[in-house]
Amino acid sequence: MKKILSDLWQIAKKDLLEFRRDRIRLVTFIIMPIFMMILTGFIFPSQNSIKNISIGIANQDNQTVSNQLQTTIENLAPANNQKAFKAKTYSDLGAIKNGIKNQEVNGGLVIPSDFSAKLNTNQQAEVIIVEDQSNPQISALATQTLSQVVNAFSQQVGMQKVNQILTTRVQVQGASAQSFIQPIITKLEGLIPGETNYFEFVAPGIMAMVVMTAVLTGLAASVAREKEQGTLDGIMIAPISRLSIILGKATSQSIRGLIQGIIVMLLAIFLFGVTIHGNIFLVFLLLVLGIFSFVGLGILVSAAVTEQETATQLLFMFQFPMLFLSGVFFPIQQMPSIMQKIAYLLPLTYAIQALRKVMILGAGIMAVRTELIILLVFGAVTLIIAVPLFRRMVTR
Amino acid sequence: MNKEENVIEVKNLTKNFGKFCAVCEVNFSVKKGEILGLLGPNGAGKSTIIRILTTLTRPTKGRAKVANLDIEKKSDEVRKHIGLVAEKIILYNHLTADENLQFFGHLNGLSSETIKERSDRWLKRLSMEEWRDHQSGTYSTGMKQRINIARALLTEPEILFLDEPTLGLDPQTTWLIRDFIRELNKKGTAMILTTHDMHEAEILSDRVAIVDHGKIVALDTVENLKKLVPNIENPTLEDVFLELTGKDIRDTAKKSAPVERRGHFGGPTNNRVR
Ligand SMILES: Nc1ncnc2c1ncn2[C@@H]1O[C@H](COP(=O)(O)OP(=O)(O)O)[C@@H](O)[C@H]1O
Ligand SMILES: [Mg+2]
Repeated sequence: MKKILSDLWQIAKKDLLEFRRDRIRLVTFIIMPIFMMILTGFIFPSQNSIKNISIGIANQDNQTVSNQLQTTIENLAPANNQKAFKAKTYSDLGAIKNGIKNQEVNGGLVIPSDFSAKLNTNQQAEVIIVEDQSNPQISALATQTLSQVVNAFSQQVGMQKVNQILTTRVQVQGASAQSFIQPIITKLEGLIPGETNYFEFVAPGIMAMVVMTAVLTGLAASVAREKEQGTLDGIMIAPISRLSIILGKATSQSIRGLIQGIIVMLLAIFLFGVTIHGNIFLVFLLLVLGIFSFVGLGILVSAAVTEQETATQLLFMFQFPMLFLSGVFFPIQQMPSIMQKIAYLLPLTYAIQALRKVMILGAGIMAVRTELIILLVFGAVTLIIAVPLFRRMVTR
Repeated sequence: MNKEENVIEVKNLTKNFGKFCAVCEVNFSVKKGEILGLLGPNGAGKSTIIRILTTLTRPTKGRAKVANLDIEKKSDEVRKHIGLVAEKIILYNHLTADENLQFFGHLNGLSSETIKERSDRWLKRLSMEEWRDHQSGTYSTGMKQRINIARALLTEPEILFLDEPTLGLDPQTTWLIRDFIRELNKKGTAMILTTHDMHEAEILSDRVAIVDHGKIVALDTVENLKKLVPNIENPTLEDVFLELTGKDIRDTAKKSAPVERRGHFGGPTNNRVR
């Protein structure tokens, strides 16, 4: 065991030294994440049609007016009978926020218990719109639509009130003009203070992505390169465990991946003004687990592939769709439901989801425990399959 | 120990790549301290034989023992007894000679001091001492091959495999390496050396196996091989070689129909397996 670890470390150390000396690879290594961040920040638009966005509604008032408002929102259908929102009922603001953290809903509306009372006494009533900052594109849409609906509803209520005065000619005591013109006002409420930008959304995605690339493409390309150059034979004829060979190479790639992930994070913080709301150690833990979940796959590909070019092509085939399906660039909630189902088969989806929750929403370890377990299991299963296969395939 | 003891024994060794037989039913043995030359055209199967014996490739059929250890069942043990100078130079271009040697030495379980002591010795002998701190990528092929040989010798293996060790080198380096091979052999290292250089096979090998289309068509001392062409006066090894392997170009022959041979000898030349 100690021998395996020391051989493993010799190989990893050699890889890293080689890498450090290779200026071209080193430059790409640093430039790539910067490039990705900038590019994605500008390319991806945040406009989209609204349909079937899950929102949470907490109607604490539960009177005729508030129920009307709730029904209006639930039945809103801007285009061809597609409902804009899929509404779920929650008890209060806290419950909605939890729902957002658990990715049950992408926004919410709270109608406070004094809502109809205030309207009846001719005061301004308030509703709270809750936004999901981990998902700025959807959130912007949901927020915008919700406030439009509330405003329209508000106008209606105002009109009714004015009508009533005009027809009954009753003297209204102590009423403000505002309570007639804009009887309902909206208040925006996020999970975290401040505004989110697209970088906040995309940074966790890119972090997970570079980490994945390092252990998938990176590992396969590195093994293939050694095969092609013949140096792998030099390692293979050494009387060392085959396990230490592949795990040694996986270790060096993981370290590279982790460094790259950290580069992205630092860039996001210092260049793009992203704030990390969660625990930084939890972020690292997630990155490490993300790596772990891909190592087995990386080894499988490395074993199967003899040429660098094949490795790159094969991985491109897998990686490219995976990047889009896992929601690196835009939320999977926007995808058709079949695609969403596929997305939830990919480990990257969970890595990204968990990173977003922690980095943007400040979620704790309990909020991401499902993702943690999925990543662990996926990594363990693929590793158990991959290592013996590597052993067999390299001595074909 | 018996001086005649075999360090390598190969029985019916076969390697197929798909339907293509790269090594077919090959039998031979190498004695302790002997140099066996594998002489054959490109694609004959020389490298494949070496890759099988060094545990880098698994045979399809047949058995082989290296240092009295079965290459399949005891591959881990076999690796402790062998050194390999492969077709491709086993060095990392971004590492210096010393770093390369330390890396491979450590993998072979040697201490840093042992590696240092041995590489000092080999680098001095191979005139590479002043280059030890330069990255290997800056070396010429000849320099790389010298470090590569030093690397293969770090463990002071009792059996050394040399796959075309002088291919593409300048005459000076070629002779430096040939002299060094002889010197090592005098100290008792057994070797399998592949080459398609007749002269190299003749001057270095105790016995030569002529390999063609995955088969050993003849195996004997150079002297005895020359007796196989009685119709030529004072035959060279090249005469023997061409007589036994024919003159068709190898790289294309594989794909075409069996080539008509003008072989005078029945026996091995006629049972080419394709
Ligand atoms: N991995 C492989 N896959 C398929 N064919 C191979 C492989 N390795 C070698 N061959 C084929 O086996 C034959 C023998 O190759 P090799 O042993 O390298 O010959 P030599 O070293 O004598 O030039 C060649 O025709 C070569 O194309
Ligand atoms: Mg060869």
